[in-house]
Order: sequence, then structure tokens, then C-alpha cells
Amino acid sequence: MLKIGESEFNALRAHGEETYPHECCGVLLGRMQDEDENEDAERHVLEIVRCGNTRDDRPQDRYHIDPRDLVRIQRQGRERGLDIVGFYHSHPDHPARWSQTDLAEAHWIGCSYVITSVEKGRAVTTNSFALHGSGEDDKHFEDEPVEVSAAKVLVREFEAE
Amino acid sequence: MRIMIPTPLRQYADKKDAVEVKAGTVGEALSGLTARHPELRKHLYTDDGRLRAFVNVYLNDEDIRYLGKEQTPVNEGDTLSIVPSIAGGSLIS
Repeated sequence: MLKIGESEFNALRAHGEETYPHECCGVLLGRMQDEDENEDAERHVLEIVRCGNTRDDRPQDRYHIDPRDLVRIQRQGRERGLDIVGFYHSHPDHPARWSQTDLAEAHWIGCSYVITSVEKGRAVTTNSFALHGSGEDDKHFEDEPVEVSAAKVLVREFEAE
Repeated sequence: MRIMIPTPLRQYADKKDAVEVKAGTVGEALSGLTARHPELRKHLYTDDGRLRAFVNVYLNDEDIRYLGKEQTPVNEGDTLSIVPSIAGGSLIS
């Protein structure tokens, strides 16, 4: 289960519209619950952090977040008691389902991967997939429900130091 | 020095988000970490003992691949961050 505020949810969808026809990407900061029972863990998103897509060679169907940004986001989140609980990206003119590329490149087991389909510049469907497994050999995505709440949330533009 | 543990690997590190180790190099720091938390080893290293390609290790704000890799010297106040890569895309090829 992924819990996310309405304004964050709308903001990550809007990000996909802004970068269309290129893929957008970003980080979900928040808190994990029930870490002992990973299969049923809940991830509460309290903040989204927009990132740039470093895949200049084919940004229409690939995304990559600069690890240096991740290091800083992880550190800055920790200073405020927030953890990286997932990531989001968009699929321009492509369904909001994970691809084999998405699975092959996914390594944050226990985190949520949110995908928004953007058709002709408009965000259509947003789905979330939880990455499960005990390692690279058996990792797999599972559909997870997304609960959108009306609570006020923060959206922060990531700025390099 | 401090090693930051990313969320997916904390289950193999007693749920800690950071571990303090004493080390002279990046390699010694990672060895110290995996000695204390052996389950982390297979998630960080391939069977032949090399850091997995998707595992990024940053000394403060620098990728160790562009420093001295695992031979990079470290100081007591340094922070080592482990960040698995984030990538993907809509099409298979």
C-alpha cells in the first residue's frame, strides 16, 4: 500500500506532463511502516523530490536519476527524519505498467515504483508497483493500491548544492 | 567513519540507517560493514567479489569510481553512501 497526499500525487502527474514527450523521474520521501512484514509494508509519502532525467540519449523511453542526487536526497531526508520509500517516473504514450526494462533496472527492494502514463501531453493513469523479493534473483513487481489523501503536503524542487 | 545504508538494505543491517566503522580505505570500510552484517555481502558484491554494477558508492559527494575505487583513502569524519541505481524506461530495447 502506498499512501500519498493529493497535492503530491497531482504534482508527480504534472511533472510527467511538463516533461512530455520525455520521461520525468523523482524520489518519494516518507516513512515505511511494518518493516518486519515487508510483503505488507505501507509506505507513506510525505514529500516528492523532482529529479532531472540524465538519459539525454533517449529521454522519450528511458530515465535515470543521477546517483549524486540520490546521495543528497537520502542525506537531506534523513536530517528531517524521512527515508526514500520509492520513486516515480512517466511513460509518455505508453501504458502505466512496468516494463522489463523497469524490472531489470529496479534494485530498491521494499520500495514503491510509481508510473504515470502520459498520453499526448496529458497524465492519464498512475499506478504503483512494490518491488518484492530477497535479491536480484527473485525480485519482482507486485501491483499495490494507492491511497490518495487530501492532507497538505510539501513539494520540493531538488537543487544541487 | 559513517556508512549510510539505503532503505532496501537496512533489513540486513539490523535496521540501521547508518553504521560507524573504523577504516583507512573505502574497501576496508565496506569490509568492516559486511563483517558486522554478513548478509549484506551478497547484495553488494558479485560471487567473484566485485562490487555489483548497480551499487553506487559515494565518498561524501564523489563517486568512488572516479576516485581510487576501493583503494580510496578515507578520514574519520567522512561519510560513505551506498545508493543502488535508479533507472528504467517504457520500452524493452
